[in-house]
Amino acid sequence: MIKAEAKNINVWYGDFHALKNINMSFNTNSVTALIGPSGCGKSTFLRLFNRMNDLISNFRLEGLITVDEQNLYSKEVKIDELRKSIGMVFQKPNPFPKSIYENVAYGLRVNGINDRRTLDETVERSLRQAALWDEVKDNLKKSAMSISGGQQQRLCIARALAVEPRLILMDEPASALDPISTAKIEELIFELKKSFTILIVTHNLQQAGRISDYTGFFYMGEMIEHDATQKMFLNPSNERTQNYITGRFG
Amino acid sequence: MSHLDTNLDQLKNDLIQMWNLVSSQMEKARLALINGDKDLAREVRANEKMVDAFELKIDMDCENIIMLQNPVAIDLRFLLSVLKINYNLERIGDYANAIAKSAEHADKAWPDTVFEATRVPEMFFVAQSMIQESLASFERNDRKMVSTLFGMDEKLDKINNDITPIISRLIKDNPDDIPMLLDLFSIIRKLERAGDHITNIAEELVFYFDAIIVKHSKLQKNKPASGSK
Repeated sequence: MIKAEAKNINVWYGDFHALKNINMSFNTNSVTALIGPSGCGKSTFLRLFNRMNDLISNFRLEGLITVDEQNLYSKEVKIDELRKSIGMVFQKPNPFPKSIYENVAYGLRVNGINDRRTLDETVERSLRQAALWDEVKDNLKKSAMSISGGQQQRLCIARALAVEPRLILMDEPASALDPISTAKIEELIFELKKSFTILIVTHNLQQAGRISDYTGFFYMGEMIEHDATQKMFLNPSNERTQNYITGRFG
Repeated sequence: MSHLDTNLDQLKNDLIQMWNLVSSQMEKARLALINGDKDLAREVRANEKMVDAFELKIDMDCENIIMLQNPVAIDLRFLLSVLKINYNLERIGDYANAIAKSAEHADKAWPDTVFEATRVPEMFFVAQSMIQESLASFERNDRKMVSTLFGMDEKLDKINNDITPIISRLIKDNPDDIPMLLDLFSIIRKLERAGDHITNIAEELVFYFDAIIVKHSKLQKNKPASGSK
Protein backbone atom coordinates (compact mmCIF):
# COMPACT_ATOMS: atom_id res chain seq x y z
CA MET A 1 0.00 0.00 0.00
CA ILE A 2 1.40 3.36 -1.02
CA LYS A 3 1.77 5.92 1.77
CA ALA A 4 3.45 8.77 -0.09
CA GLU A 5 4.16 9.60 -3.68
CA ALA A 6 6.06 12.04 -5.87
CA LYS A 7 4.81 12.41 -9.43
CA ASN A 8 6.62 14.27 -12.22
CA ILE A 9 8.48 16.44 -9.75
CA ASN A 10 10.57 19.35 -11.00
CA VAL A 11 12.07 21.88 -8.62
CA TRP A 12 13.90 25.11 -9.36
CA TYR A 13 15.80 27.49 -7.13
CA GLY A 14 15.71 30.54 -9.36
CA ASP A 15 17.27 29.34 -12.62
CA PHE A 16 18.83 26.28 -11.05
CA HIS A 17 16.94 23.12 -11.92
CA ALA A 18 17.40 21.20 -8.66
CA LEU A 19 15.12 18.20 -9.25
CA LYS A 20 14.32 16.80 -12.68
CA ASN A 21 11.22 14.78 -13.37
CA ILE A 22 11.26 12.62 -10.23
CA ASN A 23 8.74 9.83 -9.83
CA MET A 24 8.82 7.76 -6.66
CA SER A 25 6.35 6.06 -4.36
CA PHE A 26 6.82 4.88 -0.80
CA ASN A 27 5.09 1.90 0.74
CA THR A 28 3.42 2.06 4.13
CA ASN A 29 5.61 0.85 7.01
CA SER A 30 8.76 0.90 4.95
CA VAL A 31 12.07 2.72 5.26
CA THR A 32 13.45 4.34 2.13
CA ALA A 33 17.02 5.64 2.10
CA LEU A 34 17.85 8.49 -0.24
CA ILE A 35 21.51 8.45 -1.22
CA GLY A 36 23.71 10.44 -3.57
CA PRO A 37 26.61 12.90 -3.57
CA SER A 38 26.30 16.32 -1.92
CA GLY A 39 24.15 18.68 -3.95
CA CYS A 40 22.35 15.89 -5.82
CA GLY A 41 18.92 17.02 -4.61
CA LYS A 42 18.08 14.33 -2.07
CA SER A 43 17.53 16.75 0.84
CA THR A 44 15.51 19.07 -1.40
CA PHE A 45 13.39 16.08 -2.31
CA LEU A 46 12.93 15.05 1.34
CA ARG A 47 11.86 18.56 2.33
CA LEU A 48 9.11 18.58 -0.27
CA PHE A 49 7.14 16.35 2.09
CA ASN A 50 6.88 18.93 4.87
CA ARG A 51 7.04 21.95 2.57
CA MET A 52 10.22 23.24 4.15
CA ASN A 53 11.46 24.36 0.74
CA ASP A 54 8.61 26.89 0.71
CA LEU A 55 10.73 28.97 3.09
CA ILE A 56 13.23 29.59 0.28
CA SER A 57 12.21 32.68 -1.69
CA ASN A 58 13.04 31.55 -5.23
CA PHE A 59 11.82 27.97 -4.80
CA ARG A 60 9.45 26.71 -7.50
CA LEU A 61 7.78 23.31 -7.77
CA GLU A 62 6.01 21.45 -10.56
CA GLY A 63 4.40 18.06 -10.03
CA LEU A 64 2.44 16.32 -7.34
CA ILE A 65 3.46 15.37 -3.80
CA THR A 66 0.96 13.25 -1.89
CA VAL A 67 0.72 11.62 1.51
CA ASP A 68 -2.29 9.38 2.07
CA GLU A 69 -3.42 10.55 -1.37
CA GLN A 70 -3.64 14.15 -0.15
CA ASN A 71 -1.93 16.69 -2.39
CA LEU A 72 0.37 18.48 0.05
CA TYR A 73 0.59 21.57 -2.17
CA SER A 74 -3.13 22.12 -2.71
CA LYS A 75 -4.50 25.46 -1.59
CA GLU A 76 -6.60 23.82 1.12
CA VAL A 77 -3.52 22.56 2.96
CA LYS A 78 -2.46 24.70 5.89
CA ILE A 79 1.30 24.55 6.06
CA ASP A 80 1.48 24.75 9.85
CA GLU A 81 -0.99 21.89 10.21
CA LEU A 82 0.90 19.88 7.63
CA ARG A 83 4.23 20.30 9.39
CA LYS A 84 2.66 19.14 12.64
CA SER A 85 1.63 15.92 10.93
CA ILE A 86 4.94 15.15 9.25
CA GLY A 87 7.81 14.34 11.62
CA MET A 88 11.22 15.74 10.82
CA VAL A 89 14.56 14.78 12.37
CA PHE A 90 17.62 16.80 11.44
CA GLN A 91 21.33 16.03 11.31
CA LYS A 92 22.11 17.87 14.54
CA PRO A 93 19.81 17.22 17.49
CA ASN A 94 17.74 20.33 18.09
CA PRO A 95 15.89 19.94 21.37
CA PHE A 96 14.09 22.99 22.72
CA PRO A 97 15.66 24.61 25.80
CA LYS A 98 12.96 23.06 27.94
CA SER A 99 12.63 19.95 30.05
CA ILE A 100 12.66 16.48 28.52
CA TYR A 101 8.95 16.23 29.29
CA GLU A 102 8.06 19.55 27.70
CA ASN A 103 10.03 18.76 24.56
CA VAL A 104 7.88 15.71 23.93
CA ALA A 105 4.65 17.38 25.08
CA TYR A 106 5.31 20.42 22.89
CA GLY A 107 3.57 19.10 19.77
CA LEU A 108 0.42 18.30 21.74
CA ARG A 109 0.38 21.62 23.56
CA VAL A 110 0.56 23.58 20.32
CA ASN A 111 -2.34 21.47 19.13
CA GLY A 112 -4.30 22.68 22.19
CA ILE A 113 -4.02 19.51 24.23
CA ASN A 114 -3.26 20.29 27.87
CA ASP A 115 -4.97 17.45 29.68
CA ARG A 116 -2.35 16.18 32.12
CA ARG A 117 -3.19 12.51 31.79
CA THR A 118 -3.15 12.62 27.98
CA LEU A 119 0.16 14.46 28.05
CA ASP A 120 1.69 12.00 30.53
CA GLU A 121 0.57 9.01 28.51
CA THR A 122 1.79 10.46 25.24
CA VAL A 123 5.16 11.49 26.68
CA GLU A 124 5.73 8.01 28.08
CA ARG A 125 4.57 6.23 24.91
CA SER A 126 6.71 8.45 22.68
CA LEU A 127 9.79 8.09 24.86
CA ARG A 128 9.31 4.34 24.94
CA GLN A 129 8.92 4.24 21.14
CA ALA A 130 12.11 6.27 20.87
CA ALA A 131 13.90 3.80 23.16
CA LEU A 132 14.69 6.58 25.62
CA TRP A 133 12.18 6.03 28.42
CA ASP A 134 14.34 3.81 30.59
CA GLU A 135 17.19 6.31 30.48
CA VAL A 136 15.18 9.44 31.36
CA LYS A 137 12.03 8.32 33.19
CA ASP A 138 13.40 9.50 36.55
CA ASN A 139 14.57 12.85 35.20
CA LEU A 140 11.75 14.09 33.02
CA LYS A 141 12.07 17.58 34.43
CA LYS A 142 15.75 17.74 33.62
CA SER A 143 16.77 20.10 30.83
CA ALA A 144 16.91 18.45 27.42
CA MET A 145 20.13 20.35 26.81
CA SER A 146 21.90 18.40 29.56
CA ILE A 147 21.56 14.89 28.09
CA SER A 148 24.01 13.38 25.59
CA GLY A 149 23.89 14.03 21.83
CA GLY A 150 22.57 10.55 21.12
CA GLN A 151 19.88 10.94 23.76
CA GLN A 152 18.99 14.39 22.41
CA GLN A 153 18.51 12.91 18.94
CA ARG A 154 16.23 10.18 20.31
CA LEU A 155 14.37 12.89 22.23
CA CYS A 156 13.85 14.73 18.95
CA ILE A 157 12.50 11.52 17.48
CA ALA A 158 10.19 11.10 20.50
CA ARG A 159 9.00 14.69 19.97
CA ALA A 160 8.22 13.86 16.34
CA LEU A 161 6.39 10.65 17.35
CA ALA A 162 4.22 12.36 19.96
CA VAL A 163 1.95 13.84 17.30
CA GLU A 164 1.61 10.44 15.57
CA PRO A 165 3.04 11.65 12.29
CA ARG A 166 1.75 10.44 8.95
CA LEU A 167 5.32 10.31 7.67
CA ILE A 168 8.74 10.64 9.30
CA LEU A 169 11.52 12.46 7.46
CA MET A 170 15.11 12.10 8.62
CA ASP A 171 17.99 14.13 7.21
CA GLU A 172 21.24 12.37 8.17
CA PRO A 173 19.95 11.73 11.71
CA ALA A 174 23.03 9.86 12.91
CA SER A 175 25.87 11.59 11.13
CA ALA A 176 26.80 13.66 14.20
CA LEU A 177 26.63 10.71 16.59
CA ASP A 178 29.16 8.17 17.87
CA PRO A 179 28.83 4.49 16.77
CA ILE A 180 26.89 3.41 19.87
CA SER A 181 24.35 6.22 19.55
CA THR A 182 24.19 5.58 15.81
CA ALA A 183 23.42 1.90 16.45
CA LYS A 184 20.61 2.91 18.83
CA ILE A 185 19.10 5.24 16.24
CA GLU A 186 19.34 2.52 13.60
CA GLU A 187 17.67 -0.03 15.88
CA LEU A 188 15.02 2.55 16.61
CA ILE A 189 14.34 3.17 12.92
CA PHE A 190 14.00 -0.57 12.43
CA GLU A 191 11.40 -0.71 15.22
CA LEU A 192 9.57 2.43 14.13
CA LYS A 193 8.81 1.13 10.67
CA LYS A 194 6.32 -1.27 12.25
CA SER A 195 4.14 1.77 12.89
CA PHE A 196 5.44 4.50 10.59
CA THR A 197 6.71 5.17 7.08
CA ILE A 198 10.17 6.68 7.04
CA LEU A 199 12.24 8.54 4.43
CA ILE A 200 15.86 9.03 5.40
CA VAL A 201 18.66 10.92 3.72
CA THR A 202 22.04 9.42 4.52
CA HIS A 203 25.60 9.64 3.26
CA ASN A 204 26.44 6.46 5.11
CA LEU A 205 25.90 3.70 2.56
CA GLN A 206 26.36 0.94 5.10
CA GLN A 207 23.65 2.59 7.17
CA ALA A 208 21.35 2.68 4.16
CA GLY A 209 22.04 -1.02 3.68
CA ARG A 210 21.37 -1.82 7.33
CA ILE A 211 18.15 0.04 7.91
CA SER A 212 16.28 0.57 4.67
CA ASP A 213 13.92 -1.58 2.66
CA TYR A 214 14.30 0.58 -0.44
CA THR A 215 17.03 2.87 -1.65
CA GLY A 216 16.84 5.73 -4.11
CA PHE A 217 20.01 7.04 -5.74
CA PHE A 218 20.01 10.71 -6.75
CA TYR A 219 22.58 12.36 -8.99
CA MET A 220 22.57 15.93 -10.29
CA GLY A 221 18.88 16.40 -9.64
CA GLU A 222 17.84 13.12 -11.22
CA MET A 223 16.60 10.01 -9.50
CA ILE A 224 18.84 7.46 -11.20
CA GLU A 225 17.58 4.28 -9.59
CA HIS A 226 15.05 3.30 -6.93
CA ASP A 227 14.75 -0.33 -5.95
CA ALA A 228 14.83 -2.78 -3.07
CA THR A 229 17.94 -2.09 -1.00
CA GLN A 230 19.13 -5.68 -1.35
CA LYS A 231 19.00 -5.34 -5.15
CA MET A 232 20.66 -1.93 -5.11
CA PHE A 233 23.60 -3.15 -3.05
CA LEU A 234 24.06 -6.52 -4.74
CA ASN A 235 23.24 -5.84 -8.36
CA PRO A 236 22.23 -2.28 -9.21
CA SER A 237 20.75 -1.89 -12.68
CA ASN A 238 22.38 1.42 -13.48
CA GLU A 239 26.13 1.77 -13.93
CA ARG A 240 26.12 5.18 -12.22
CA THR A 241 24.55 3.62 -9.13
CA GLN A 242 27.19 0.90 -9.12
CA ASN A 243 29.98 3.44 -9.53
CA TYR A 244 28.63 5.53 -6.66
CA ILE A 245 28.05 2.78 -4.13
CA THR A 246 31.37 1.09 -4.92
CA GLY A 247 33.21 4.39 -4.52
CA ARG A 248 34.24 4.71 -8.15
CA PHE A 249 32.25 7.81 -8.87
CA GLY A 250 33.47 10.53 -11.24
CA MET B 1 43.32 3.26 -8.82
CA SER B 2 41.61 3.12 -5.42
CA HIS B 3 42.90 1.11 -2.48
CA LEU B 4 39.98 -1.28 -2.91
CA ASP B 5 40.73 -1.74 -6.62
CA THR B 6 44.37 -2.49 -5.82
CA ASN B 7 43.31 -5.11 -3.27
CA LEU B 8 40.79 -6.70 -5.62
CA ASP B 9 43.35 -6.83 -8.43
CA GLN B 10 45.85 -8.50 -6.14
CA LEU B 11 43.21 -10.98 -5.02
CA LYS B 12 42.31 -11.78 -8.62
CA ASN B 13 45.97 -12.40 -9.44
CA ASP B 14 46.34 -14.65 -6.40
CA LEU B 15 43.28 -16.68 -7.35
CA ILE B 16 44.59 -17.06 -10.91
CA GLN B 17 47.85 -18.37 -9.45
CA MET B 18 45.90 -20.79 -7.27
CA TRP B 19 43.94 -21.91 -10.34
CA ASN B 20 47.15 -22.47 -12.33
CA LEU B 21 48.70 -24.33 -9.43
CA VAL B 22 45.72 -26.68 -9.13
CA SER B 23 45.67 -27.15 -12.90
CA SER B 24 49.37 -28.03 -12.83
CA GLN B 25 48.78 -30.44 -9.94
CA MET B 26 46.09 -32.24 -11.92
CA GLU B 27 48.32 -32.46 -15.02
CA LYS B 28 51.24 -33.82 -12.98
CA ALA B 29 48.93 -36.31 -11.25
CA ARG B 30 47.76 -37.47 -14.68
CA LEU B 31 51.31 -37.92 -15.97
CA ALA B 32 52.39 -39.65 -12.77
CA LEU B 33 49.48 -42.09 -13.07
CA ILE B 34 49.68 -42.77 -16.80
CA ASN B 35 53.49 -43.07 -16.87
CA GLY B 36 53.91 -44.67 -13.46
CA ASP B 37 56.21 -41.78 -12.53
CA LYS B 38 56.60 -42.00 -8.76
CA ASP B 39 58.95 -39.00 -8.51
CA LEU B 40 56.36 -36.80 -10.16
CA ALA B 41 53.70 -38.27 -7.86
CA ARG B 42 55.81 -37.29 -4.85
CA GLU B 43 56.20 -33.78 -6.28
CA VAL B 44 52.41 -33.42 -6.47
CA ARG B 45 52.10 -34.58 -2.88
CA ALA B 46 54.74 -32.11 -1.72
CA ASN B 47 53.03 -29.28 -3.61
CA GLU B 48 49.74 -30.00 -1.85
CA LYS B 49 51.00 -27.90 1.06
CA MET B 50 51.32 -24.95 -1.32
CA VAL B 51 47.70 -25.39 -2.42
CA ASP B 52 46.55 -25.42 1.21
CA ALA B 53 48.63 -22.36 2.05
CA PHE B 54 47.27 -20.49 -0.97
CA GLU B 55 43.73 -21.34 0.07
CA LEU B 56 44.29 -19.90 3.54
CA LYS B 57 45.91 -16.74 2.18
CA ILE B 58 43.08 -16.05 -0.28
CA ASP B 59 40.46 -16.73 2.41
CA MET B 60 42.19 -14.32 4.75
CA ASP B 61 42.53 -11.62 2.09
CA CYS B 62 38.82 -11.91 1.28
CA GLU B 63 37.91 -11.66 4.96
CA ASN B 64 40.09 -8.59 5.39
CA ILE B 65 38.62 -6.78 2.40
CA ILE B 66 35.05 -7.57 3.50
CA MET B 67 35.83 -6.54 7.07
CA LEU B 68 37.73 -3.34 6.33
CA GLN B 69 36.33 -2.01 3.09
CA ASN B 70 32.63 -2.89 3.16
CA PRO B 71 32.41 -3.84 -0.51
CA VAL B 72 29.03 -3.82 -2.25
CA ALA B 73 27.49 -4.67 -5.62
CA ILE B 74 29.95 -6.16 -8.11
CA ASP B 75 32.82 -5.97 -5.61
CA LEU B 76 30.84 -7.95 -3.04
CA ARG B 77 29.78 -10.51 -5.63
CA PHE B 78 33.40 -10.84 -6.71
CA LEU B 79 34.57 -11.47 -3.16
CA LEU B 80 31.82 -13.97 -2.35
CA SER B 81 32.59 -15.81 -5.58
CA VAL B 82 36.33 -15.81 -4.91
CA LEU B 83 35.75 -17.33 -1.47
CA LYS B 84 33.74 -20.21 -2.92
CA ILE B 85 35.91 -20.70 -6.01
CA ASN B 86 38.93 -20.85 -3.73
CA TYR B 87 37.30 -23.59 -1.64
CA ASN B 88 36.39 -25.60 -4.75
CA LEU B 89 39.88 -25.26 -6.22
CA GLU B 90 41.38 -26.55 -2.99
CA ARG B 91 39.10 -29.60 -3.15
CA ILE B 92 40.23 -30.27 -6.75
CA GLY B 93 43.79 -29.96 -5.45
CA ASP B 94 42.94 -32.63 -2.87
CA TYR B 95 41.79 -34.98 -5.65
CA ALA B 96 45.00 -34.40 -7.60
CA ASN B 97 46.92 -35.20 -4.44
CA ALA B 98 44.90 -38.38 -3.85
CA ILE B 99 45.43 -39.51 -7.45
CA ALA B 100 49.17 -38.87 -7.06
CA LYS B 101 49.10 -40.93 -3.86
CA SER B 102 47.60 -43.83 -5.81
CA ALA B 103 50.31 -43.44 -8.45
CA GLU B 104 53.03 -43.30 -5.80
CA HIS B 105 51.86 -46.46 -4.03
CA ALA B 106 50.95 -48.53 -7.09
CA ASP B 107 52.68 -51.93 -7.08
CA LYS B 108 53.00 -51.91 -10.85
CA ALA B 109 52.18 -49.66 -13.80
CA TRP B 110 48.58 -49.65 -14.96
CA PRO B 111 48.35 -51.12 -18.47
CA ASP B 112 47.14 -48.78 -21.24
CA THR B 113 44.35 -51.19 -22.08
CA VAL B 114 42.83 -50.68 -18.63
CA PHE B 115 43.01 -46.90 -18.98
CA GLU B 116 41.38 -47.05 -22.38
CA ALA B 117 38.64 -49.42 -21.23
CA THR B 118 37.79 -47.19 -18.27
CA ARG B 119 38.17 -43.94 -20.29
CA VAL B 120 40.41 -42.45 -17.60
CA PRO B 121 42.53 -40.38 -20.07
CA GLU B 122 39.31 -38.94 -21.50
CA MET B 123 38.12 -38.01 -18.02
CA PHE B 124 41.42 -36.27 -17.31
CA PHE B 125 41.14 -34.41 -20.61
CA VAL B 126 37.60 -33.18 -19.87
CA ALA B 127 38.33 -32.25 -16.24
CA GLN B 128 41.51 -30.39 -17.17
CA SER B 129 39.76 -28.60 -20.04
CA MET B 130 37.07 -27.51 -17.59
CA ILE B 131 39.72 -26.13 -15.24
CA GLN B 132 41.32 -24.18 -18.08
CA GLU B 133 38.03 -22.92 -19.53
CA SER B 134 36.77 -21.75 -16.15
CA LEU B 135 40.07 -19.98 -15.51
CA ALA B 136 39.92 -18.27 -18.91
CA SER B 137 36.36 -17.13 -18.21
CA PHE B 138 37.43 -15.65 -14.87
CA GLU B 139 40.56 -14.01 -16.26
CA ARG B 140 38.77 -12.43 -19.22
CA ASN B 141 35.46 -11.71 -17.47
CA ASP B 142 33.82 -13.77 -20.20
CA ARG B 143 30.37 -14.96 -19.17
CA LYS B 144 29.73 -16.85 -22.42
CA MET B 145 32.61 -19.23 -21.75
CA VAL B 146 30.96 -20.35 -18.51
CA SER B 147 28.01 -21.88 -20.32
CA THR B 148 30.13 -24.58 -21.97
CA LEU B 149 31.31 -25.88 -18.60
CA PHE B 150 27.92 -27.25 -17.58
CA GLY B 151 27.80 -29.46 -20.70
CA MET B 152 31.34 -30.71 -20.11
CA ASP B 153 30.46 -31.91 -16.62
CA GLU B 154 27.70 -34.05 -18.11
CA LYS B 155 30.36 -35.94 -20.10
CA LEU B 156 32.19 -36.80 -16.87
CA ASP B 157 28.94 -37.86 -15.23
CA LYS B 158 28.15 -40.13 -18.17
CA ILE B 159 31.54 -41.87 -18.07
CA ASN B 160 31.24 -42.27 -14.30
CA ASN B 161 27.72 -43.66 -14.55
CA ASP B 162 28.83 -46.26 -17.10
CA ILE B 163 31.89 -47.40 -15.19
CA THR B 164 30.51 -49.99 -12.74
CA PRO B 165 29.88 -52.80 -15.26
CA ILE B 166 33.24 -52.08 -16.94
CA ILE B 167 35.18 -52.34 -13.67
CA SER B 168 33.16 -55.45 -12.72
CA ARG B 169 34.15 -57.11 -15.98
CA LEU B 170 37.82 -56.14 -15.56
CA ILE B 171 37.80 -57.55 -12.01
CA LYS B 172 36.27 -60.77 -13.22
CA ASP B 173 38.86 -61.07 -16.02
CA ASN B 174 41.83 -59.99 -13.83
CA PRO B 175 41.25 -61.28 -10.28
CA ASP B 176 44.91 -60.70 -9.37
CA ASP B 177 44.53 -56.98 -10.04
CA ILE B 178 41.54 -56.30 -7.80
CA PRO B 179 43.33 -53.79 -5.49
CA MET B 180 44.64 -51.88 -8.51
CA LEU B 181 41.24 -51.86 -10.22
CA LEU B 182 39.48 -50.70 -7.08
CA ASP B 183 42.02 -47.92 -6.83
CA LEU B 184 41.24 -46.98 -10.41
CA PHE B 185 37.54 -47.03 -9.60
CA SER B 186 38.25 -44.55 -6.84
CA ILE B 187 40.29 -42.34 -9.20
CA ILE B 188 37.37 -42.24 -11.64
CA ARG B 189 35.08 -41.14 -8.83
CA LYS B 190 37.56 -38.39 -7.93
CA LEU B 191 37.69 -37.11 -11.49
CA GLU B 192 33.91 -37.05 -11.59
CA ARG B 193 33.87 -35.10 -8.31
CA ALA B 194 36.48 -32.71 -9.70
CA GLY B 195 34.02 -32.01 -12.51
CA ASP B 196 31.31 -31.28 -9.92
CA HIS B 197 33.60 -28.79 -8.20
CA ILE B 198 34.33 -27.02 -11.48
CA THR B 199 30.58 -26.88 -12.04
CA ASN B 200 30.30 -25.22 -8.62
CA ILE B 201 32.94 -22.76 -9.76
CA ALA B 202 30.98 -22.09 -12.95
CA GLU B 203 27.90 -21.38 -10.82
CA GLU B 204 29.91 -18.90 -8.78
CA LEU B 205 31.08 -17.22 -11.97
CA VAL B 206 27.46 -16.84 -13.08
CA PHE B 207 26.68 -15.23 -9.72
CA TYR B 208 29.64 -12.89 -10.11
CA PHE B 209 28.76 -11.87 -13.66
CA ASP B 210 24.96 -11.82 -13.55
CA ALA B 211 24.01 -11.77 -9.84
CA ILE B 212 21.89 -14.86 -10.50
CA ILE B 213 21.96 -17.97 -8.33
CA VAL B 214 21.88 -21.04 -10.59
CA LYS B 215 22.90 -23.55 -7.94
CA HIS B 216 20.40 -26.42 -7.71
CA SER B 217 18.64 -25.10 -10.80
CA LYS B 218 18.94 -25.69 -14.51
CA LEU B 219 17.55 -22.22 -15.23
CA GLN B 220 19.83 -19.59 -16.72
CA LYS B 221 22.95 -21.75 -16.53
CA ASN B 222 23.51 -21.64 -20.23
CA LYS B 223 22.12 -18.20 -20.90
CA PRO B 224 24.09 -15.06 -20.06
CA ALA B 225 21.89 -12.34 -18.57
CA SER B 226 21.31 -9.38 -20.84
CA GLY B 227 24.12 -6.91 -20.47
CA SER B 228 26.71 -9.45 -19.37
CA LYS B 229 29.84 -9.93 -21.44
